[in-house]
Amino acid sequence: MSTNGYTSWAVDLADVGAIYPFQGFEVPMVIIGVIFWIGWHRIQFVREGEHLEKARHTGDEEKVKAQLERY
Amino acid sequence: MDGNLNALTTIFTEFYYWVTVVFMFLIHVGFCMYEVGASRARNHMHTLMKNIMIIPLVTVTFFFFGWWIYWAFPNFPFWGGLDTEAGAANLPWADTMGTNASDRITGVFWAAFLLFSWTAASIVSGSVIERIRSSALWVHAVMIGSVWWIIDAAWGWHYGGWMVRILGYHDAYASGVIHAIAGGYALGVIMVLGPRLGKFAKDGTPRDIPPHNPWLLTIGIFLIYTGFWGFYAACNVPVISPEGIDGQITGVTWTATNIYLAPTTLSAITFNFLMSLSGGLMAAYVVSKGDAFWTFSGGLAGVITASAGNDLYHPIQAMIIAAIGVVIVYNLHYWVERKFKLDDAVGAVAVHGYAGVVGLILAGFVLWGVPSSPYEGYATINPIGQITGAVIMFFVLGFLPGFILAKMQAAAGVLRIPEEVELQGLDYAEHHAYEDAKAAIIAADKEELEARGVAAK
Repeated sequence: MSTNGYTSWAVDLADVGAIYPFQGFEVPMVIIGVIFWIGWHRIQFVREGEHLEKARHTGDEEKVKAQLERY
Repeated sequence: MDGNLNALTTIFTEFYYWVTVVFMFLIHVGFCMYEVGASRARNHMHTLMKNIMIIPLVTVTFFFFGWWIYWAFPNFPFWGGLDTEAGAANLPWADTMGTNASDRITGVFWAAFLLFSWTAASIVSGSVIERIRSSALWVHAVMIGSVWWIIDAAWGWHYGGWMVRILGYHDAYASGVIHAIAGGYALGVIMVLGPRLGKFAKDGTPRDIPPHNPWLLTIGIFLIYTGFWGFYAACNVPVISPEGIDGQITGVTWTATNIYLAPTTLSAITFNFLMSLSGGLMAAYVVSKGDAFWTFSGGLAGVITASAGNDLYHPIQAMIIAAIGVVIVYNLHYWVERKFKLDDAVGAVAVHGYAGVVGLILAGFVLWGVPSSPYEGYATINPIGQITGAVIMFFVLGFLPGFILAKMQAAAGVLRIPEEVELQGLDYAEHHAYEDAKAAIIAADKEELEARGVAAK
């Protein structure tokens, strides 16, 4: 049993093509990849929105002045 | 691979592109350093993260669809349908888009284009620092990096692209296909985004916002120059036979070619890269009266201006063209800033966008009548084709998509950070735990020092 279809490298490389595991599952892998990508944007977008809303009210005036002075 | 010569050529080409990719990584390092150096201390981490995350987001989307667009879109939609045959091997589920012993080129070639995608997105990133939401910029990064620029590459930076065939469009080292489009896109976004707080006085006079760390900027731009060498090499096919080109070239002399498979040499582009860099630096020094940062940026703008024709120019032509470009770019930048009250934080619209447009137009005159391609029936290079190409790159595929998407984001209230947060700084807003922890530990250390001092007495 081998996840990429080869159990030995005693082969003529001229006859060898893809050697990654789980060949035949490329489309499901792409779907998983796209979900991961879109999901990342969604998580980041929601978190940033909440954070910026909170941050609008957290600025201590003295600390903000100190921040401005840091340049 | 049949025959040792073919095998050697394939392995050499694989290694060649791999090396260019590693060099081009320095462009992104340089952009990060430049942006962080230009931002104020209270925005450093945010500025860095905003640019760093371009890398994974553009990479995965370029894998999912960007690379396929390049192969499927050369004539789509106006001059033919999608080239699904050429696109098939570049779909994300194709077996050539993975570890494959019978395909040694797709991965490195994909990566060479991908690094251009990062650059396009990173150019936009620089102009919007200190006030854009990261989430908004990252959507723009995906759109410019994995959609718009690669459509322009399919049209005007592909041996079979309709712009090359019909317009005689010539843009060997991407004055238009990377720089004009990215500059135009950045202009579209900053028109909607607005300037940073304090950038303009009440009477509309622009204020300079000097870089926090000039030395970081300096190293950054020198790294961009270095990466640009890799970019130039990556734009070439390193070695190919006339038979491999399958065009009109006769004889048996192998050659390097540009992206259109028309002949050039590494020697030529080495001459021209250095001479255009020099022309740009010299002109920028004079026109900016020795301003360090404009001089450095002028070197880059010079190379960008000459890039459209640097496969064929004489080195002195490259130098003069670079110098002309820089004078135009410098004056246009300040005119636009004053007239339209636009805040382009790192001068990206000028250095990339205007320089790219000027470079395309000048190439149309200097290379007038020169064949754009080794294939029969293609239009030769001409001013009208280059001007049309410049409009397509800067305005149609750059400015318009950037402006429209930014308008949609602004309408939804997700483009710009709140003013209170802009004032306190994004690092404080997003990383205040870090700032507070830092302040607390410094205070604790000072207390400890004081206590020891008292004890010693």
